[in-house]
Amino acid sequence: MSDHDGIKHEWPLFEVFVRAKRGLNHVHVGSLRAADHEMALHHARDLYTRRNEGVSIWVVRSDDVVSSGPGDKDAFFAPSGDKAYRHPTYYAIPDSVPHI
Amino acid sequence: MSFDAAYEALTDHDDDARWAYGTGFADPLAGVPTTVPANIDRGDLAAYCMMLGDDALIMSHRLQQWVTRAPELEDELAIANIGLDLLGQARLLLTRAGEVEGAGRDEDALAYLREPREFRHVPLAERADADFAHLTARLLVFATWRLALFDRLAASRDPMLAAIAAKGVKELTYHREYAAQWVVRLGDGTDLSHERMRAAMAAVGPLIGELLDPHEIERRLAVAGVAVDPATVRGEVEEVLAEVARAATLRPPVIPPPPTGGPAADDVSGAEPAGGRGRDGVHGEALTEILGELQGLARSLPGSVW
Repeated sequence: MSDHDGIKHEWPLFEVFVRAKRGLNHVHVGSLRAADHEMALHHARDLYTRRNEGVSIWVVRSDDVVSSGPGDKDAFFAPSGDKAYRHPTYYAIPDSVPHI
Repeated sequence: MSFDAAYEALTDHDDDARWAYGTGFADPLAGVPTTVPANIDRGDLAAYCMMLGDDALIMSHRLQQWVTRAPELEDELAIANIGLDLLGQARLLLTRAGEVEGAGRDEDALAYLREPREFRHVPLAERADADFAHLTARLLVFATWRLALFDRLAASRDPMLAAIAAKGVKELTYHREYAAQWVVRLGDGTDLSHERMRAAMAAVGPLIGELLDPHEIERRLAVAGVAVDPATVRGEVEEVLAEVARAATLRPPVIPPPPTGGPAADDVSGAEPAGGRGRDGVHGEALTEILGELQGLARSLPGSVW
């Protein structure tokens, strides 16, 4: 988008996370454009909680999110692929341990 | 919440409660008695419900006209949401009006089959917006005024009206906040946005007088503890508008002073009658255009459904 008199014609992108009523964690639900964080929160309310989904919203600027790249995929994730013993279900659970 | 239950909540056993569709929808009017309490004039109550219902219906229609025309997609949805909230209020109020009137008219008959003269909304609701600044100024005034009314109306002697108002308060609080943040953003923005917001606030001022000028029916029902006399919310409306204007580096709209000399609706001695022009069914050309859109389908295909 072009600039006109120093005014950016496109608002920055924000990522939206909503915590559902029954959920404990905020879940990524999508993104939107807004001029600042306050407006992003308003827009998130209007775009992503219209059907009574949420009890809490986080917004974060997309360019503040640091992500792993596709090129890192093997080095990042492949090494854990053959280590089934990292799953708690790998072990027999003693009867004296009730909650796992 | 116990440790067990906390983790239970993360797993989606219950298909009815999939978070993406939301849960816990509730009917705000469940269990509210529909009978009209004794000593309340049914004709007055029906007319009053129509006044508040028509304000919402016509305002909602004007907001719907912004869909596909809003400056940003996100704001378009925000405006549509607000329009839907108001349409919901209109449906409940017109249903109540028809019920109390007892002439067999339901919400659809009242919305689609009345003549312009029978509509009782204030002129602010039907004004077309010249630009987005005009919309935000008009919405700010409308939501501020209606929120002040509904806040008090939640204590109405008519239980149905009280329940509708209590539901509306939460919606209107958000409408006011949405409009206020845009007025502040544009007013305290660039030279161009400041100038356009200033013009919009100045333009909305003359329409505020009628909002605060009680109709005879409103006055009678207020005495009976059923309605809110709009003159009693003048202070709150002025205060809120002044506060938003200050944050927006604007002058608050100039609100016409209350008419002097008390009830003058029957006074034909020359002066403009005090109050109730829109409330009495006198509207501008704009309403013809609005009703053309709103009623066109229902009138050309009576009783059609989809």
